Amino acid sequence: MAGVSMKDIKNRIRSMQSTRQITKAMEMVAASKLRSAQDRAISSRPYFETLYATMNDIADSTRDFDSPYLQARKEGKLLCIVIAGDRGLAGGYNSNILRMAYSQMQGQDAEVLPIGRKAVEFFRTRGVPLFTEQYAEAAGMTIGDCFSVARVICDSFLSGQYSRVLLFYTHFASLLSQTPSSLPLLPLRVSGQKTSGHSFILYETGPTAVFDAIVPEYFGGVVYGALCESVASEQAARRTAMDSATKNADDIISDLSLKYNRARQGAITQEITEIVAGAEKV
Amino acid sequence: MSSFHLQIVTPDGLFYDGEAESISVRAVTGNLTILPRHINFVTPLGMGAAKVVTNGQPRMAACIGGMLAVTDGQVRVIATTFEWVEQIDAARAQRALERAQQKLAAPELLSKQEYLLAEAELKRALIRTNLVKPQ
Repeated sequence: MAGVSMKDIKNRIRSMQSTRQITKAMEMVAASKLRSAQDRAISSRPYFETLYATMNDIADSTRDFDSPYLQARKEGKLLCIVIAGDRGLAGGYNSNILRMAYSQMQGQDAEVLPIGRKAVEFFRTRGVPLFTEQYAEAAGMTIGDCFSVARVICDSFLSGQYSRVLLFYTHFASLLSQTPSSLPLLPLRVSGQKTSGHSFILYETGPTAVFDAIVPEYFGGVVYGALCESVASEQAARRTAMDSATKNADDIISDLSLKYNRARQGAITQEITEIVAGAEKV
Repeated sequence: MSSFHLQIVTPDGLFYDGEAESISVRAVTGNLTILPRHINFVTPLGMGAAKVVTNGQPRMAACIGGMLAVTDGQVRVIATTFEWVEQIDAARAQRALERAQQKLAAPELLSKQEYLLAEAELKRALIRTNLVKPQ
């Protein structure tokens, strides 16, 4: 009996070790991808900060400022841009953001622009109308894709198809904590504090025209930034999940090797007892 | 010669940060050149070649989209794409040019959206190929 269970335990240890190898490898892959995602987010930041500052400057320093992007409308649908991952095994990363988006659009006439394979699958099975399935791969999204997303949402907002546009993404708070967040994109809100001291800035083709030309660029940036944060969050979540899986595997392996050694010792003891008993008989 | 502080940023990061004597870009209304002591100024950029003059040396680049802002003598070019002429991948630009020309050869097959995209692709490719072409 001891022999059979010894073999069983040995097999289980071996399979546990190969599982551990996989989780360990996934953890390391996630860690290195995380670093590049973080770098990407950081290097793009100054660009969008400047765009946002310029937009606020225009809104602040121009009297009678009005833009179609600022108009709040009653009728029209809600458009949700939801950024999730392409793959599972990332702890609660996908389900957290998808559940949050889904619960917020309940009871509203909403359409979804999913980014990432998991988001496409989630909303398709729930029968939510999809704006496009073009962006099924979050990891392969380039900045150009983000700009075309931005242009499309700006156009459809201006045509009156949608009254509001919301962006759902996962905020990268730290390596250990990522929070699902939502961000209202349209109608646009600018600080609108009219500064008393007029700054004299010449806007070629007029302040409103400049403002309207910058808005799609800015949204492209917001979508790109959110995407970078989401990708970083996904990798961080996967890293944490795989780290704890590796630790669990370690625990199980040490538990099993203890059992294995006990069984081995038991078998030896039994053998000795049998030999001794046999020798006495003779 | 007097100069001004120039910064060129894109989503890929900072491309230039230093003194320059002039910068010429293609804005939405046409080409324009910024010289030192320019009035505070903001304009969206079109697609075209840019020329930055530093220490009397002109440097060419492809500059597409975004905007240009002059604030208190500081010039910032916030471009969607910015490539110095030596960074341009000539073979890739040539391929893009051929692809766009092929698409535009049969405009009746394209939707309005696709037509605009192909046209923009052609423009970008032309800017790049013209820049790398030996003068």
